[in-house]
Amino acid sequence: MASKFQRSNRTGWLMAGPAGLLIAGFVILPFFFAFALSFTNQRLISPNPTEFTGLANYRQLLGMAVLTVDPVVDAAGAVVLKDGVPEYPAIRSFTRNNPDYPHLQGMREWTSFTWGDSRTYILARDVVFLTAIVNTFIFVIVVAPVQAGLALGLALLINQRLRGINLFRAIYFMPVVVSIVVVSLLWRFIYDGNSGLLNNLLGAISFGAIPQIDWLGNPSTALGAIIAMSIWQAVGFHMVIWLSGLQTISPTLYEAGAIEGASKWQTFRYITWPGLRNTAVLVLIVITMQAFALFAQIDVMTSGGPLDSTQTIVFQAIERGYGKQDISGGSAISVILFVIVLTISLIQRWLTRERT
Amino acid sequence: MAAITLTGLKKSYGNAHVIKGVDIAIEDGEFCVFVGPSGCGKSTLLRMIAGLEDITDGTLDIGGRVVNDLPPKDRGVAMVFQSYAIFPHMTVRENVAFGLTIAGDDKATKDAKVAEAARILQMEHLLDRRPSQLSGGQRQRVAIGRAIVRKPQVFLFDEPLSNLDAALRMDMRMEIGKLHKALGATMVYVTHDQVEAMTLADKIVVLKDGLVQQIGSPMDLYHNPANEFVAGFLGAPSMNFLEVEVVSANGDKAVVRNAALDPVEVPVRVGSAQPGQRARLGIRPQYLAPTPDTEPGQLHGTVMLTERLGSETVVEVQLRDKTPLIAALTRDAVFALGTPVNLGFDPAMTHLFAD
Repeated sequence: MASKFQRSNRTGWLMAGPAGLLIAGFVILPFFFAFALSFTNQRLISPNPTEFTGLANYRQLLGMAVLTVDPVVDAAGAVVLKDGVPEYPAIRSFTRNNPDYPHLQGMREWTSFTWGDSRTYILARDVVFLTAIVNTFIFVIVVAPVQAGLALGLALLINQRLRGINLFRAIYFMPVVVSIVVVSLLWRFIYDGNSGLLNNLLGAISFGAIPQIDWLGNPSTALGAIIAMSIWQAVGFHMVIWLSGLQTISPTLYEAGAIEGASKWQTFRYITWPGLRNTAVLVLIVITMQAFALFAQIDVMTSGGPLDSTQTIVFQAIERGYGKQDISGGSAISVILFVIVLTISLIQRWLTRERT
Repeated sequence: MAAITLTGLKKSYGNAHVIKGVDIAIEDGEFCVFVGPSGCGKSTLLRMIAGLEDITDGTLDIGGRVVNDLPPKDRGVAMVFQSYAIFPHMTVRENVAFGLTIAGDDKATKDAKVAEAARILQMEHLLDRRPSQLSGGQRQRVAIGRAIVRKPQVFLFDEPLSNLDAALRMDMRMEIGKLHKALGATMVYVTHDQVEAMTLADKIVVLKDGLVQQIGSPMDLYHNPANEFVAGFLGAPSMNFLEVEVVSANGDKAVVRNAALDPVEVPVRVGSAQPGQRARLGIRPQYLAPTPDTEPGQLHGTVMLTERLGSETVVEVQLRDKTPLIAALTRDAVFALGTPVNLGFDPAMTHLFAD
């Protein structure tokens, strides 16, 4: 028998009200605000009135150009060699007040390569943001498959009737319950360049052959270190999702497989994996979305450094919006992230759709 | 080739003893039905034969090999489950061919064998559908197809018709009977439905509480039940049991009576009867008929309920001593509720179970 409270429509709305208001105030409203502000020059605190600036923020963030320059030649037309390599005119001469190249004004070199005699430069208006995009994509491309795969492996391992299996489930799930900020702080000690746990461990098992590495202070290892830690931290969460998927598969199907003589691998290939389709889509999309939102680890462990090697999109959005008080720029970054994540989610859904 | 012998088979889960020592000999090509109420251990016994449950004690011999410790695939059995257990993401063709795919057969072999199985089960038109597009009966056909395509020596059926509606159940029952004749393989079939047991079996094994009650042909069990349980379990409606007193006994005959029953001489088939003993007299509802005059062995009571089925009329009668009694008359008849009725029966067709 439902009580009066359960039947009353008004009571229902009142109960949902506080949470609904908070979600509206802190999620839905800011979402639309971000769109609106990204087309203005709004600053966090500024005496100047807000102006509509169209796509200027996006042009500033995503503006890129390709410039191919020929080597410097002498009066006879021969290439001038400096220390055995051709010399090229300085990029600055194109991007600073050069009336012949107005579209390159203010751009900086992002990367370059040599093709024949001439050299091609890829220029960007905002080099740091491009680095952030690339880093975020590297993070997603590594984390999504590795974390999903590891989580599935763990789920298969703990989906057995063994004595004390709940202990293992708890151990694997524990990092998920701990705040990512705390985890990041702890791993900063683990990755420490002098007396970190990882260095000591590697030193001990290699009898000192592996040198001490400043994992977070070295541009070539910092992003990898953060990737490894992030995979470890959230793998338990996705393990639980996989586990719930595994448990929806009817045990009779496994019995039928056993009677028909399926090996362990065939059982996985023909019964388990097809039964996990929907779970796989969910896990992949959730990991991808979480990975794109990479922020706390960066903020606590490296602040985007060293040498921008761990810059990410969300870190840039916060850095710009609050650090530099450029709310409109931060908003534009948020909108770009939204479009990227939406596009990738739609592609994933389309790729994993049910084919009939 | 594939006779199955169960010797002293036991199964325990901790302290719970589910199968308490079962001996059954199933001959090659025989259709053997395990029947019993739910919880009697019949499915567990079948799953032990399949290899899906460990055997706690005793030996299981299939085709002359002790297979106690062999995995299911090495026992040469195929199984059809109550829930069909067909793979939802595969087409019917892939489902039927599953065992062949696992064994690594090439496509031509698979296609030929699947086509033959589909022809036998009349489901050629279903091969490219998915399980979600099939009815219950069609799904069970697919499950049977998957079982027959490998041509196993032994088929195991675990209540295959329980999820089907009544009409379909009868069709599929006949199909399974025909299939057994066509394939000539040994079949072990578990059901709680005594009609399936009676119609399909060469040999029925009646189980209760993990013990065999009786083994025999359907008619053997029907006409010569070894105990009250078997007598009550087989036959529909169930056999009536009357509490009676043995007045006198003489070898394989005894005279019994009670408040509603005039003294009558009945055969003693099971055990022996002593004068003054309490006993139960079993009379099948079909052998009861109303009689107009006073004849020996008459039962006297009042009509409580009638169910007219056209071909048969089931009458519930309350006897003088307040015990209920069911009579099934093989014709359409009308009885007013509450009217007194006298029922007669052939004493030779009764079963006396003395303590």
